[in-house]
Amino acid sequence: MFLGTVVYALINSVILALMAIGFNLTFGISGVANFAYGALYVTAAYVSWMLLNLLKLPYFLSAFISILFTTLLGALMYRFILLRVRGQALSEVIATFGIGLAILELFRYLGFVGFEYTLPVFIDQSFFILGAYVDMQRILIVIFGALLILGLWVFTHHTSLGLAFRGIAQDERTALSLGIDSDWIATLAVSFGAGLAAIAATIIIPLGSISPSEGYSVLIKALAVCIIGGLGSTGGVIVASFIIGFAERFTDSYISSHWTMIVSLAAILIVLIVKPSGLFGEQKELEERI
Amino acid sequence: MKKRKQRIDRGIKARSGDIFSLCSWREMLYLASPRLIPILGFLILPLLLGAYWQKVLLSVAVFALLAISWDILAQSGMISLGQALFFGMGAYASGVFNHYWGWHPLVALPFATVMGGVMCTVFLLPVLRLRGIYFSMVTLIIPLMLERIIEATKVFGGTEGLSEIARLPSKWLELYLIMGVLMAALFGFRRMMDSDYGLVLKGIRDNDLSVINAGINIYWFKTQALFISSSIGAFTGAFITHVYEFVGMPAFALEYSILPIAAAVVGGPGNLAGATLGAFILVPLSEILRGTGGLRIIFYGLFLVVFIVALPEGIFHYIQRKYHQFERWVEVEG
Repeated sequence: MFLGTVVYALINSVILALMAIGFNLTFGISGVANFAYGALYVTAAYVSWMLLNLLKLPYFLSAFISILFTTLLGALMYRFILLRVRGQALSEVIATFGIGLAILELFRYLGFVGFEYTLPVFIDQSFFILGAYVDMQRILIVIFGALLILGLWVFTHHTSLGLAFRGIAQDERTALSLGIDSDWIATLAVSFGAGLAAIAATIIIPLGSISPSEGYSVLIKALAVCIIGGLGSTGGVIVASFIIGFAERFTDSYISSHWTMIVSLAAILIVLIVKPSGLFGEQKELEERI
Repeated sequence: MKKRKQRIDRGIKARSGDIFSLCSWREMLYLASPRLIPILGFLILPLLLGAYWQKVLLSVAVFALLAISWDILAQSGMISLGQALFFGMGAYASGVFNHYWGWHPLVALPFATVMGGVMCTVFLLPVLRLRGIYFSMVTLIIPLMLERIIEATKVFGGTEGLSEIARLPSKWLELYLIMGVLMAALFGFRRMMDSDYGLVLKGIRDNDLSVINAGINIYWFKTQALFISSSIGAFTGAFITHVYEFVGMPAFALEYSILPIAAAVVGGPGNLAGATLGAFILVPLSEILRGTGGLRIIFYGLFLVVFIVALPEGIFHYIQRKYHQFERWVEVEG
């Protein structure tokens, strides 16, 4: 029981990290809090569902197309809407929230709700690990999550585009004076964030079903993880998702599944009282609290 | 030949320093009519409308009050995405007072207003040190989570909610109570935001560090603004509880967070009149669109985006400018 809970808590943590990392990337680099994040996540899942079931494309091709589509959607959203309100935090939040709301409610209106809206697992197989049955998809999630985080680290530390990303995040004016186009980088940041949401959706959705309310809960989970970890800090996201992931799974096994969501709320409130900038958010401490 | 638009202020001002100089009925009417028309409207509309549209008017007033409460917070530099927290707190407070303790609605209402205000303020107290979108994120999360907590712990009727809550004594009392509160909130808080007190709040929004430098305790002021705003929200919640004779988890629904923001953005933020105007446009519109079901919320979302991008000042500021200024085309020299 205990070891099984640990295994599932680990998987849960990786899922949370996958959900939060795109939001975190966008915010850390461009300062845009993308409240349409949950909507993009759900959109990616629906697009690959439609390609798979309506156009009968092979699964991996449709997943690939939907990731590209969502990435493009993020870029378009930034170019045509967010660019006009850049720098006004309130307007950015309201605009992205409006977009997300419109997308999610559109799916709900069109009747995309039900158990048939799900994606197939990659490999249908399950293992017996440490006293618990774990299916292949969950193991793949852990592997993909680890690879993605590693890839992201390599990207931001060892490629020129990634270094430009970090430059903009650290000091926009200095980066501008070195010839880094901040609007272009911000476009890429928003679209990469959307792409990461799509990747997360492709990997995670096979465990459950697609529904508009999933969009809201992904947004909430991403926010919770990012607030606890400290916005814009990748290390913080990983640590925070492990904290929430383990806490959620253990309350689930030992108390009651109704209380899982409340654990995140309690965690957020405690972190905000003790250290409002999040566990690892020191760099931006001056900006976010007075 | 290039032309440009020249804007000239009309020379009639109610206050120039301390001197009031109004010379004719025309000038007095020019200044008074923007205030008198809404007041007369609020008083006469309940008499003119049928039973169905009276209900709509009721929810217009409720959303206008929520939008005003959002705008007061926004003017103090706190962007809330969770007005539903205030609404739900007031709704549950009044529901508990009436359902469990059997208080008369007219007693439960004011107590729920203050109680809801205090509870929300205490809830958000740890978050007050955050600013900008950090505050917004937390306010977005809290009502959604409270909903789950009620579902999980089954307090206050759990998913069933509390029913059989007493109504206010008469329909007319209901209508004129909410209209009176709306007028008092609109004109009273407009005046408050123009006073020195409001100036401090706006100063906190513009540059909190310099307000601290001026030796003012901004947390105390923020707490007060939060209390004012959440009390307004709590009042609307408590009021609606007594109108519907029911309180349940829908009190924390997303709609109570979104519509007030949409109203304030469409009408024009930074000016409580804009928020009211926005509610008077959006709520009847959504009532007309009710037949289309979920499409309404899509429209709110699109409204938000379009207005934020295309007309960020809002409808009210646009009208205000047209009313207070001459406009004419003049040739550009040189």
